[in-house]
Amino acid sequence: MAFLDIEHLEKSFGPMKVVKDFNLGIEKGEFISLLGPSGCGKTTVLRMVAGFETPSTGAIRIDGADMVGLRPNRRKIGMVFQAYALFPNLTVAQNVGFGLKIAGVNRTDADARVAEMLALIGLSDLGPRYPFQLSGGQQQRVALARALAPRPQVLLLDEPLSALDAKIRVSLRTEIREIQQRLGITTIFVTHDQEEALSISDRIVVMHQGIADQVGSPYEIYNRPSTRFVANFVGTLNVIEAEVTDPAKGHVRIAGAAADLGRALPSGKVSLAVRPEMISLGIHPGRETVLDGTITDVHFLGSVIRLKADIGAAVLAFDTFNATDAPPPKAGARVQLSLSAKDLLLLQD
Amino acid sequence: MTRIGAWIALAFGLGYFALPLIGMTEFSLKMRRGVYSFDAYAKVLADPRFQETFGYSVFMALMTIAFGVLLVVPTAYWVRLKLPRARPFVEFVTLLPLVIPAIVIVFGYIRMFNTSSFLPLTGTATGTNLLLMFGYATLSLPYMYRAVDTGLRTIDVATLTEAAQSLGAGWTVIIARVILPNVLVAVLSGAFVTFAIVMGEFTMAALLNRPAFGPYMQLLGANRAYEPAALAVIAFAITWACMGLIQLVTRFSKHTKAAR
Amino acid sequence: MQPPTPAPSRRRLSLDWLGIAPFVAFVALFLILPTMNIVLGAFRTPAGDYTLANVRGLFTPSIMASYWISIKISLASAILGCLIGFSVAAAIVLGGLPKWIRSPMLTFSGVASNFAGVPLAFAFLATLGPVGLVTVFLRTQFGLDLRMMGFSILSFWGLTITYLFFQIPLMILIITPALDGLKREWREAAAILGATGFQYWRMVAFPILFPSILGTLALLFANSFGAVATAIALTGSSLSIVPILLFAQIRGDVLGDPHLGYALAFGMIVITGVANGLYIWLRARSERWLK
Repeated sequence: MAFLDIEHLEKSFGPMKVVKDFNLGIEKGEFISLLGPSGCGKTTVLRMVAGFETPSTGAIRIDGADMVGLRPNRRKIGMVFQAYALFPNLTVAQNVGFGLKIAGVNRTDADARVAEMLALIGLSDLGPRYPFQLSGGQQQRVALARALAPRPQVLLLDEPLSALDAKIRVSLRTEIREIQQRLGITTIFVTHDQEEALSISDRIVVMHQGIADQVGSPYEIYNRPSTRFVANFVGTLNVIEAEVTDPAKGHVRIAGAAADLGRALPSGKVSLAVRPEMISLGIHPGRETVLDGTITDVHFLGSVIRLKADIGAAVLAFDTFNATDAPPPKAGARVQLSLSAKDLLLLQD
Repeated sequence: MTRIGAWIALAFGLGYFALPLIGMTEFSLKMRRGVYSFDAYAKVLADPRFQETFGYSVFMALMTIAFGVLLVVPTAYWVRLKLPRARPFVEFVTLLPLVIPAIVIVFGYIRMFNTSSFLPLTGTATGTNLLLMFGYATLSLPYMYRAVDTGLRTIDVATLTEAAQSLGAGWTVIIARVILPNVLVAVLSGAFVTFAIVMGEFTMAALLNRPAFGPYMQLLGANRAYEPAALAVIAFAITWACMGLIQLVTRFSKHTKAAR
Repeated sequence: MQPPTPAPSRRRLSLDWLGIAPFVAFVALFLILPTMNIVLGAFRTPAGDYTLANVRGLFTPSIMASYWISIKISLASAILGCLIGFSVAAAIVLGGLPKWIRSPMLTFSGVASNFAGVPLAFAFLATLGPVGLVTVFLRTQFGLDLRMMGFSILSFWGLTITYLFFQIPLMILIITPALDGLKREWREAAAILGATGFQYWRMVAFPILFPSILGTLALLFANSFGAVATAIALTGSSLSIVPILLFAQIRGDVLGDPHLGYALAFGMIVITGVANGLYIWLRARSERWLK
């Protein structure tokens, strides 16, 4: 049995079923992301764990103790909200110490804990300030410290980065991950940003219309998406319609080139997907499927150059690295692309 | 638990508001013994003093509104356009009539504009009427100014002005033909509040001895039983109509804006 | 000689100021100067010399009694108005009542807060007066005689109850936006940190609202302190509150000393001025937190 167990969790608002048969076991110290578009039910799952919503059916257990029916203030959970939600009438230090004061921790211990937390988030000097004097990134770090101060069993992060500027978003997510690993706290992180989820999670739950489509490590989710939705939602993906020439052996034909998938396929047409970085410009050993195309687009992104080529059956996006001795092809250039059949993902609908 | 408490609070509030309104309405209908009738209203409406004072107050209200618009719209516009630094000062001054009781202001009038002063307004009836109108304009200043200023905030004053100037318009044309139509809804809400204030005003009119509706109501209240209740119903209807009209013009303007 | 560059901008500036000259002239003539006139009059003898005797003259038992009853009525109606208005606003915003109640309630508050003066007095006379609706109802249906119980609409409590008719809606109008400003996340953040609903109100919500509530209290206080018409129409001159005393003084110099009248008016300005200053200061404080 996992540290945090969610079994057959369902939630309906009126006739709308927003969470359907959600199951998840989270190990102690694990960092789990709930990833999905808005309205997929990820926030509702989080709010049920926190106790702000009551499940229609299902069980939530932390360390073996049943949570359903327990009020939020008895659950020993820490939570960080999207809109900071710092108490505007309290100083930074008072905000961080709020949970300790409620728990009746004595003044000396509480002050020490607050100082420790402020040091943890690198804002030791800002204790006497009020929230309105802080930047968004600072406020969210204080919110994190406030959630962690009473030593909760589980930390919930509800899109904590989405109100921040792009640059702060990246640095703060790294900081959150570092703090989480240092404290070893079990964490659920809700986000709609796949890059965020991929970069900091131990495991990701991709959600879609109230259902957990796939649960796996970032590597698994990215490289072996199990549904068309996951494949499309996580990362950039080229989708190619291919004609099956030999269903039993797994031979297909893509825009005139043959590829051997090496597994049984349905007859007729199939949808195949391939990541941009799995396609190479020119012919390379080990990438036996070669396609002819015309460059339509060149986007110079810095270290990486993203190109688009029309191969007739589809327009493929692919990447090359920047190199001083090899300028990228120009739009209209005829090119050859190569890829390996093992990198082709068969998409199920 | 909370919800029951909420219903109780709401019911108490509604009761507090409703009872006096029911009370005055019921009382106003009781003039004829043992049966409800509109006798009190008939009596009030037939009273020539009622017609005189009511007409006087309506006239004064309209004059006050006209004067207030002429005073406030150009000022608020000018402050937004050219004198943003003067805004705190102007806003503070426009709020002063809420701080200084009306009775003190009119006390000052009586002292300052008496027959032996540099501006002997109280010496003639016309002069006193003018003084009363200025007093009403002062009382309604906080509401008028705030309404117009809020209206100006929603339009881009500087751009509209420059556009009009580039087409050759002078200041009068800009204010009358460009700015005023754009803040008309705000001006109207300010005007309706002013109307409600002037119609019910008692202190200034009484102390300046003008035959306004407020002092008439007070006089009637001291001498009659049922007519005052009828008057209260009429006065409440006027207040309600003014506030309703504000809602109406605001809503109407929202519709036209959304349609654009 | 002035340096040449600032001169044109300086002239531009003074021309700009000309644009609000009519406004400045109006408020000077019909608001500032009349008030100053009274204030200065309070510190002058009839001969024109400066003196503190007029202000000292206020500290006679009968005038102090007037101020005291005025302050008591204003305080009572402001405090009760705050409490009841807050309860109603909280019921509308936080009480889980149907959503459609809110808009008509606020509109009605707008009307009721403007329904003051003489007609309001008539409404309450017709309701709680000797032959008013409620008085008669209680007497005939329950045998409760309000007058026997010591209640009169012409008394302290009568005036307070009448003032509440515009005080409660004013509180509702001002405090509803403040209650709207309480974010759901604050309640949830407090709850997840272990706070009970009561602790949330004591440590977060109430401190956030406190400046608004106290500020509105000051505003309501000033609002009823300066009210003349309702009091005169309701009680005639039987209740000697400051505005009624001043009214009588202006009409017929009942104090026998015009300059004592100025001092009386000056006292009113000081009290409403302090109350409003408190209101402005507290509102600025609460807005600072919530910007």
